[in-house]
Amino acid sequence: MLIPLVDFAAPSIDFLNLAPIVAPLVAGALSVLIEAFVPRGARRPIQLSLVFGTLLISLGSVAAIFGLNSIEAGGSVAIDGPGVILQGTIAIIAILGALVLAERKVDPFGDSFAPSASVLPGSSDERELTAAGWYATEIWAFFLFAVAGMQLFVASNDLLTMFIALEVMSLPLYLLAGMARRRRLLSQEAALKYFVLGAYSSAFFLFGSALVYGFASSIDFAGIATAINSRPINSSLLVAGMAFLFVGLLFKVGSAPFHQWTPDVYQGAPTTLTAFMAAGVKVAAFGALLRLSYSAFGSMIWDWRPILWVIAVVTMFIGSLVALWQTDIKRMLAYSSVAHAGFILVGIISGSSAGIVSVVFYLITYAFTTLGIFTLVSLIRDANGEANNIDSWRGLSQRSPLTSAAITFFMVALAGLPLTSGFTAKFAVFSSAVQADQMPLVLLAIAASAIAVVFYLRIVVLMYFVKPQEEGASVTIPSGLTIAAVVVSLSITLILGVYPQPLLDLISQSPVFAR
Amino acid sequence: MNNAPYLSLLIATPLLGAFLTALFAKRLQGRHAKQVGLGISLLTLVLFIYVALQYELNSPSQFQLVEKYSWIPSFGVNYALGVDGLGLLMLAMTIVLVPVVLLAGWNDIAEEDTSRYVSLVLALEAVVIGVFTATDLFLFYVFFEAMLIPMYFLIGRFGGPERKRAAIKFLVFSLIGGLVLLVALISLWVTSIKLTGVGSFDLEFLSTLGIDPGTQRWLFFGFFFAFAVKAPLVPVHSWLPDAAAQATPGSAVLLIGILDKVGTFGMLRFLIPIMPDASVDLAPVAIGFAVVSIFYGAVMAIGQNDMKRLMAYVSISHFGFIVLGIFAFTTQGISGSMFYMLSHGLSTAALFLAAGYLFHRTKSQQIDEHSGVFQVTPLLAGVILFGALSSVALPGLASFIAEFTVLLGAFARYPIVAAIATIGIVVAAVYALWLYQRTMTGRPSANVTNISDLDGREVIAIAPVIFLTILLGLIPQPVFNLVNESAELVMESSNVVDPPSLVDQGEK
Repeated sequence: MLIPLVDFAAPSIDFLNLAPIVAPLVAGALSVLIEAFVPRGARRPIQLSLVFGTLLISLGSVAAIFGLNSIEAGGSVAIDGPGVILQGTIAIIAILGALVLAERKVDPFGDSFAPSASVLPGSSDERELTAAGWYATEIWAFFLFAVAGMQLFVASNDLLTMFIALEVMSLPLYLLAGMARRRRLLSQEAALKYFVLGAYSSAFFLFGSALVYGFASSIDFAGIATAINSRPINSSLLVAGMAFLFVGLLFKVGSAPFHQWTPDVYQGAPTTLTAFMAAGVKVAAFGALLRLSYSAFGSMIWDWRPILWVIAVVTMFIGSLVALWQTDIKRMLAYSSVAHAGFILVGIISGSSAGIVSVVFYLITYAFTTLGIFTLVSLIRDANGEANNIDSWRGLSQRSPLTSAAITFFMVALAGLPLTSGFTAKFAVFSSAVQADQMPLVLLAIAASAIAVVFYLRIVVLMYFVKPQEEGASVTIPSGLTIAAVVVSLSITLILGVYPQPLLDLISQSPVFAR
Repeated sequence: MNNAPYLSLLIATPLLGAFLTALFAKRLQGRHAKQVGLGISLLTLVLFIYVALQYELNSPSQFQLVEKYSWIPSFGVNYALGVDGLGLLMLAMTIVLVPVVLLAGWNDIAEEDTSRYVSLVLALEAVVIGVFTATDLFLFYVFFEAMLIPMYFLIGRFGGPERKRAAIKFLVFSLIGGLVLLVALISLWVTSIKLTGVGSFDLEFLSTLGIDPGTQRWLFFGFFFAFAVKAPLVPVHSWLPDAAAQATPGSAVLLIGILDKVGTFGMLRFLIPIMPDASVDLAPVAIGFAVVSIFYGAVMAIGQNDMKRLMAYVSISHFGFIVLGIFAFTTQGISGSMFYMLSHGLSTAALFLAAGYLFHRTKSQQIDEHSGVFQVTPLLAGVILFGALSSVALPGLASFIAEFTVLLGAFARYPIVAAIATIGIVVAAVYALWLYQRTMTGRPSANVTNISDLDGREVIAIAPVIFLTILLGLIPQPVFNLVNESAELVMESSNVVDPPSLVDQGEK
């Protein structure tokens, strides 16, 4: 049906309220222009100032719009408590991630990206470029677009905007994942897998959107919710559409049975990128899933809860059980992220405002812990680059007591022991679920946590209780950039474990979605 | 009442010591680290004596030296500390044993590792003080779990060849217990929301909730399981012999003498007051586990060849007695159990540390690799004999008073059970005396012939333990004065009255 032009009024757009999203989007475009017109040598300082300037603007505007509750941009973007807090989290995560990505002192050849993505891995061209000191500064354009996508993802208020956000976030990450300086074949394989599976899931999401539109004649969440409430009979269009939408998002959060990409991508991507991606994508995708399930399908909770229930249980157990057998630290952490996705789903299943608070809190704690631990992983190296095989971590504590202590702290936080943010988060999620009469689910989640403790502590055992190997790994001392990122994420992990109240207050101020 | 944050100070002192020794680990090697550690633990002791003097007997409120600050209002969590008679007793035991352990194990740790060792011991002391003073269940849980980390490293880093496995086994058992406790904690919190609209972890608030008996039962299982793993009772005990055998003697004292008391302490402090109906209903179940532990521990002890495993099994038997006293629900039984917790800490310390002196000399802890120690080092053998007799409750020693009171209390309610448990004492005599006979008497074995007797440091380290064991064996009344109030409060909360007493217990 064609819309008669007469009826069309351009929506008024308040760019100030959209600044957290628009700033990185504009900066991404600028960054592409910089790549095109600025000489190679001058690009890095300009790109970096652009990136950090933009992220600070994004963070500042988050602070400015905090407390607003409105619908912007003609109904496609929602500004509300959970969304804005997650936008703030993404901005901080992006700043820390950018610090780590900008690191050039760890790898003897520079940063962790290939000098030029287009040349063949290991070819003489590549060696020449490396020797000539080329750097891929276009990663910053990709990075900014990915951040913009994340910022939009957690705030999108209709299915199409959400889809666009999903793509804007994902496409740059597919590319970045394939650009590792070391082990590029693995990296490219990871990127291809990520892309192909990601494209499938996007297709699911789009198909689901179409079906739901067929049911509700509307793509915005308010319209969908109204349509569901006004028609008591469940249409198969609606149910199928909802299921497809969930598949699309569950893929992004890395929940079973759609988790298969996580270990490959986490392992293949440059570790510095994995740090940002594992944290940022988890926050953004769960933010979107939370909004979709509460805002659009809130009254369908009796339909989606049993399905998510099963998925949560399967996710927790697959994540924590398979992680037991991993010998690569990045794969292990990938499966751990799957297990955590299961725990976060427990909070979503609560279906209450306590559930929203707990999920948002969990996402924040998880993001910083993950960023910290992956950053530390990127520092542990031997002669061939990063030493990701956990066997080479034996006796690490004797050579690098401080780094080992930090890793131990992050592992303890991931395992969810008290006085770390991981415990407070688990407590929040589990207690919200018990309040929603989900005791069996919580019991299963606790059992999964018990299993998960084993593989986190295995790393601690290796570092502390085993004699070091002859050619074991050691810690490369990074520049202040990486140290700053680690210190910040470590402090946040500690503070949210010891004194979580201010953040809980902040989230609890308005744990409802605007629509 | 004086409002200085005494208890927080008491936690902070060793904690600060732990941080400092960890921070200056490189500069603080060998002897100096030990001196600093001993100094800090003695400072804590002095501070504790001052704090203990602030405590008033026969005060109207259960908890004294109370501190309470809002911590996480969203979860209804307070940072709340306070001591009653039982708490004070446990603190005394902990704070006295830590310097003893440090001094006794002076040479058990390699020079380059001492600062780490001292740091872990002090951290453990701080956390244990927290456990024994927390009056907020959430805070208790935080300390309860935090205890595991230093203990895990103490076992895993310093100890026998199988220490890595033992440390993991210890941790896995404890964490499973802890996670079960977490579930119970969350359900208790949600129950308090459903009953009153307020989620709280405050002990006094939770004790007045009046939870319905059905819910209480579920909660009881959660709490009891966690505390039974910690205490430990059969059948969730199997981590203890491994951990005790692999840990250094000092760490074993910290583990069995102090840490495991948190299990029985938790039963008295939280389990019975918060779930009184279920505790009374299910007391026979608890007593069943207790009696099984008494016998299983004693019989297994007889069969051991590793002395530290033997002592660990003896302790399992003793924890059975403590739990028996608690769940007999008589004032006498409960105050007896409280006394037992102290005396067990002392006898464990005497036995493990004295045996540790021997292991340090012979580099072996196997019974069949020792004999005739008495001929070579009579003083050492004498101290070991004292430890052994203390653990079989020789009259005149503190442990006798404890065991006797517990059995008396239990007899008033469950005569048959008490009679059966008394047989446990006979079995105990077998393992203790047989141990002594096999290792100390006879012709000295090759590895024993050249060892030296105890030196001054070793005597000074263990002297306070021996002194206290004898003193409390002769004059136990001050301790009973201290804990009777706590025991009566436990009885009061459970709404059970003492059965007509067979033996007059001597009015308080």
